[in-house]
Amino acid sequence: MNHAEGLEVSADGLSVVLTSVSSDSHTWNLVVLQLVLEELGHQVHNLGACVPDELMISECLRLRPDLIVVSSVNGHGFHDGLRLIRQVRSRAELAGTPMVIGGKLGIAGPGCDRSRAQLTAAGYGAVFEDGTGLTAFQSYVGRLAIGQAS
Amino acid sequence: MSVPETGSFGDFVARAHRAGTLVVQPRMGVSGPAAMRTGLVATRKATATAVGTITLDSYTRMGDNVNARAALAAGIELNGYPIVAHDPAVTRAVLDGVAGPEFPVQIRHGSPCPEPIVAALIQAGLHATEGGPVSYCLPYSRMPLEDSIPNWARSCDLLADVRATGAEPHVESFGGCMMGQLCPPGLLVALSVLECLFFRQHGIRSVSLSYAQQTNPDQDTEALLALRRLATQWLPDLDWHIVVYTYMGVYPRTPAGATGLLEEAARLAVRAGAARLIVKTVAEGYRIPTFAENVAALETAALAADSCLTIVGDPGDTGIHAEASALIEAVLDLGPDLGAALATAFRRGYLDVPYCLHPDNAGRARSYVDSAGRLQWSSIGSLPIRGVVGPTSSARPTAAGLLAALSYVERRFDNASLEQEYQADSVGSAPDDRDPDPGDRSPAASRPA
Ligand code: B12
Repeated sequence: MNHAEGLEVSADGLSVVLTSVSSDSHTWNLVVLQLVLEELGHQVHNLGACVPDELMISECLRLRPDLIVVSSVNGHGFHDGLRLIRQVRSRAELAGTPMVIGGKLGIAGPGCDRSRAQLTAAGYGAVFEDGTGLTAFQSYVGRLAIGQAS
Repeated sequence: MSVPETGSFGDFVARAHRAGTLVVQPRMGVSGPAAMRTGLVATRKATATAVGTITLDSYTRMGDNVNARAALAAGIELNGYPIVAHDPAVTRAVLDGVAGPEFPVQIRHGSPCPEPIVAALIQAGLHATEGGPVSYCLPYSRMPLEDSIPNWARSCDLLADVRATGAEPHVESFGGCMMGQLCPPGLLVALSVLECLFFRQHGIRSVSLSYAQQTNPDQDTEALLALRRLATQWLPDLDWHIVVYTYMGVYPRTPAGATGLLEEAARLAVRAGAARLIVKTVAEGYRIPTFAENVAALETAALAADSCLTIVGDPGDTGIHAEASALIEAVLDLGPDLGAALATAFRRGYLDVPYCLHPDNAGRARSYVDSAGRLQWSSIGSLPIRGVVGPTSSARPTAAGLLAALSYVERRFDNASLEQEYQADSVGSAPDDRDPDPGDRSPAASRPA
């Protein structure tokens, strides 16, 4: 049984799809994020490196996750992430699925407020750029888990 | 070893090595042709014996030339140079008057499907590249080895044909850098040798064997000496040299820590008799480096190499040579076609890269950093090295434990640099005043040797 700070969460926690973007082959980020989520009691479907947009969509349609976590560090994450969420949101079944993105999203270091605003405007519930630390992410996921259980 | 002076990559490096100079090389790639040329010119002008690099962007690596072209059209800066999306004439103009016998240029990519890339570099008049059927597949894609291996075989064949023009094509194995970090040295050494044997099977006669600096200088020296012995044994009929990569894992974030690690890599390369070093910059932990940062790194490394005496103390034998030998021989025993043997080896787990998520990797082998800062196996899965590896443990990794191992080198160098700063700030105060770092498992290692 998983109890987050005494509040009831489904026994298996959230079902989370963890994914890279199509151009990005970095995986240590995915390995660590998977452990972080599992240690919080959630179920992770790690899609691995270089996930083609279509594969990501079809896996999400199949798994119907409670949360989609996009992680990218190769510097293409901002553009790949925008392209990806437009496709996700165009599917009625996934139009409301919470989706967040994080990592090193641009090639020139952390982006400006405007680029973060573009990502949230496109539908990302939160943007965790390098340097924000994992605590903010952990509390976001915690809030989501509670919100879902109540 | 007798390669005519055709401006080949291997020949340039061999001449510098004979003259006692370490060749240094950046990772460098930008979208635009004019800027790319500026970067090559800056590399050539650096106060160092340098070779040039064009690093390709992630779309081109994946064969996604649609997104590469779209980015070019939209003026979006990529993380490398899209050599396939650019017209061959454009790339020839980038290189014209810059690349040549005194300044060879290598294409560094990271593609499991490199045929279009190899075709483009040949069209641009180049003949040196990097990678391998395993090392550019497992850490760089989700493509099955069954596809990457023939892709690489055809690419080598294509490149080998360049010899007809008088130039000697060169391929560097990236096998010494699996996943960038936490891969024990024996496996890195074995993969470098195996990939070079694969290149030879496909007509390449000038190769380099890579080894990426890991967590402990003595262990790295032992690994490089093992690599040299094994290359001498297995590649007697090829032109070969050893290339060291400055640390390829989570990099120090302080400028002094980043520079300290680069200098340690340069000394490692010289002491172990390597011929070439790929540098890292102070921007590594953050973003794509600028040309100025890359030139500074080249010059720092060249200086550190120059002031290092080529004397290698006996690093001792902890069994890296035996481990690498056992792995190489186990793969060669699987059959005469090395491509097929490599695929079988991964299927059976005879080769198994720790923490690699690729579907063709068995994923039963695991590693850790021990209290002396050495990389060790915590689990060997089906690796045929039971006889040469000590006892292993079966503790499952936690996020905190894995992050600690991943940041071991970063902390070693950043702590050392912060400590120096602290000491400089508090001149006159007794060293005992220093606040010991309780988080570091190995305080003795916090100062680079
Ligand atoms: C190891 C490494 C590699 C290995 C990767 C092996 C593998 N399969 O994973 C190899 C050598 C293969 C590699 C290749 C490349 N790399 Co690389 N790599 C690194 C390096 C050195 C360490 C990354 C790492 O392992 N970090 C450890 C993990 C645990 O940390 P992390 O990745 O930062 O992820 C954490 C946080 O970012 C955050 N986070 C990440 N995503 C998300 C998402 C959410 C929602 C949240 C909350 C948090 C979060 O949490 C994560 C876990 O703690 C970094 C530089 C550095 N950091 O020192 C460069 C780096 C990431 N690579 C880089 C690049 C560009 C590449 C290449 C494109 C080659 C190139 N042009 O130089 C290729 C990738 C090819 C491709 N198709 O994309 C650049 C990216 C530049 C940028 N963003 O501006 C970096 C920064 C180096 C540099 N300065 O140039 N790389």
